[in-house]
Amino acid sequence: MSDAIGQEQRYDNERGARGQRLVLVSFAISMLASAGLIVFYVFSGWTQVEGVLLGLALGGLGIGMIAWSTDVLQIPDHVEDRAELRSSEEARATAESLLDSPGITRRTMLLRLLGGAGGLLAAALVVPALSLGPHPGQSLFRTKWRRGSRVVDADGNLLRPDYIGIKSITTIFPEGHVGSGDSQAVLMRVDPESLQLPPDRKNWTVEGIIAYSKVCTHAGCPVNLYRSQARELLCPCHQSTFNVLDGGQVVFGPAKRPLPQLPLMVDDEGYLAARGDFSGPIGPSFWDIHKND
Amino acid sequence: MKTEERKLDLIAKSKRQREWLDERLGSASWAVKGMRYVFPDHWSFLLGEVALFCFVILVATGIYLTLFFRPDSTEVIYHGSYAPLDGQEMSAAYKSVLDLSFNVRMGLLFRQMHHWAANIFVTSIILHQMRVFFTGAFRRPRELNWIIGVTLLILAIGLGFTGYSLPDDLLSGTGLRIAYSVVLGIPFIGPWLAYLLFGGEWPTPATISRLFVFHVMLLPALIIALIGAHLLLIMRQHHADFPGPGKTERNVVGQPAWPSQALKSTGLMLIVFAVIAILGGLVQINPVWAYGPYRAWVVSAPAQPDWYVGWLEGSLRLFPAVEFSITKWFTWPTIFAPSVLVPGLVFLVMYMYPFIEKRFLTHDYAEHNLLDYPYSVPARAGIGMAGFTFGFVLTIAGGNDVLAQVFNISIYEMTWILRVAAIVGPIVVGYAAAKLAEALQREGLGVFRSHQPGLQLRRNAEGGFEEVGEH
Repeated sequence: MSDAIGQEQRYDNERGARGQRLVLVSFAISMLASAGLIVFYVFSGWTQVEGVLLGLALGGLGIGMIAWSTDVLQIPDHVEDRAELRSSEEARATAESLLDSPGITRRTMLLRLLGGAGGLLAAALVVPALSLGPHPGQSLFRTKWRRGSRVVDADGNLLRPDYIGIKSITTIFPEGHVGSGDSQAVLMRVDPESLQLPPDRKNWTVEGIIAYSKVCTHAGCPVNLYRSQARELLCPCHQSTFNVLDGGQVVFGPAKRPLPQLPLMVDDEGYLAARGDFSGPIGPSFWDIHKND
Repeated sequence: MKTEERKLDLIAKSKRQREWLDERLGSASWAVKGMRYVFPDHWSFLLGEVALFCFVILVATGIYLTLFFRPDSTEVIYHGSYAPLDGQEMSAAYKSVLDLSFNVRMGLLFRQMHHWAANIFVTSIILHQMRVFFTGAFRRPRELNWIIGVTLLILAIGLGFTGYSLPDDLLSGTGLRIAYSVVLGIPFIGPWLAYLLFGGEWPTPATISRLFVFHVMLLPALIIALIGAHLLLIMRQHHADFPGPGKTERNVVGQPAWPSQALKSTGLMLIVFAVIAILGGLVQINPVWAYGPYRAWVVSAPAQPDWYVGWLEGSLRLFPAVEFSITKWFTWPTIFAPSVLVPGLVFLVMYMYPFIEKRFLTHDYAEHNLLDYPYSVPARAGIGMAGFTFGFVLTIAGGNDVLAQVFNISIYEMTWILRVAAIVGPIVVGYAAAKLAEALQREGLGVFRSHQPGLQLRRNAEGGFEEVGEH
């Protein structure tokens, strides 16, 4: 229980009067602002004014209440004794004996059965969670690109080699799958002489036109910054930087795997097309990403 | 009836109502207890209250927003009142956010208040936690409440992240893409877990509707339950207080709950609401219409998350590429350590700290109701400031591209500077804080005044300075 201390402190009349005036003014402001908000709501819809009026309505009430508490009431500090947290030895002993009565903890076989049944039930109740999504299967290892998939840009236009300039990159998809998250790729033109691709990728480019997966191998952001002088692709999220000329190897940053390359060719009608799927699984790594290697 | 009589009659009536209630609940006796409950008075004790009040307004504005928001990934063509996006393809979720911002009167105000409240919510939780840490309020008997508090911080960050990701805009969608990649990178269970959580391979139509369930149901329910537990434990154990005249380990000195603290706390709540309302009205936050709708192949730069997620983003940006394979059957993904291990370790140390300190630093197992000062235990001050510095460096590293631009150096140099700072900074700052705490204990605040005790400088009439002797 608490008792007031410091009763000898006299009530400060001047402070009380000042406090009362502050409460009056604050409450009045609050009321005006509330009324203003109602009127304003009917006639207009201006976020700034709404916010300020709502703020004044709330703040006036708040300041008034605090002034009421501290200046008008001037309640002296109270002292409250802290009760001991721990129970008495007697209460503890009683609790212990109740817990054990009538010998419930001694029925070890029943307790084990209870535990086993509870555990199995918990396992059975996890099963519905498996309906939340498909089994990953091979889906993380494949995209929509197939041998002969024609290359289109984000608007769905087919691309011929001579459309591709040297300054910029073009986001591409397999025809019929514009917007596909895992099939997105970037296309750019470099000097064919400067390419240093592994021998088995010699025919993956068309006149220096080369394509890589647009999904960063670090955290999966689209790699959409192109430093055309350095021939580097840079991911704006965490700055992983990939060398376009040597098969998408990492130059800097938190990514480790190179960007998977998309093998290109020109089809019978002169449009850019894929020779097949990417050189490896796209996007961020996961624990069994190399299981098909 | 005359006014006086009517007044007396009313008073008698309300007294009878309270008696009715007391006969059924025995309410008078616990009302006495409650009204006499004493609150120690210090401004820093209000930080937790601010967090609570932010949560109250988050729930209030949040309910309003759910009446308009549609957690729906279906693609629609926009023909609304925001002309720059006319004719664009976007999800119904994103469109509903545009509509509630531009077409619902006071909708934008409540949306911006909600977002501001979320930022202030996490901020006040962290400040409150720092107060509790540096004053040793987590010591016996309050270890359990510290654990609940750390859990509330984690849930609050989760609540914020799931909330700002709901509009399905380009900025937050990129953040969700990263979150998906983080789950994917967890060894052994990652791919399956990511598919179960998100409903398949990114991007999935299930993402927004599932996030919505997390944001408006699961996380708030958990937070409400834990706030209840947090407050129950405070009521049971009572507030700790700084030492002072008349204060002992066995008493509490302060203002009674009724009427002074009740008025004061309600007043503070209204002022917190007021600040959030004024911010929501005057200071634009998260203008999703400027980012555009999410598209899996588009990204904006520079892109920063809300501030309390910045340290995780910074961890992703700074952590060097560590990825290795043990046979073709196991690969350690580069994303795993910075996104799961680093925050996991940070929170583990936070959870364990009360027990680590007892066991290894202070060997103090006694019950404490009087608080320490931040310099009372130098090792604690050092560890706390080291942790703060680590979090600070990671947070600003979440904007390393912006920093590089500001300081006009290359992004690669900036990253290396911050990598070094994330390791060296905590050690230097932690050591300095511990040394300062020791000096403060020895010499009090005099440590800031002069290295030679008793000497003072005085400005003379000519404007120069002269040394004044022993004082």
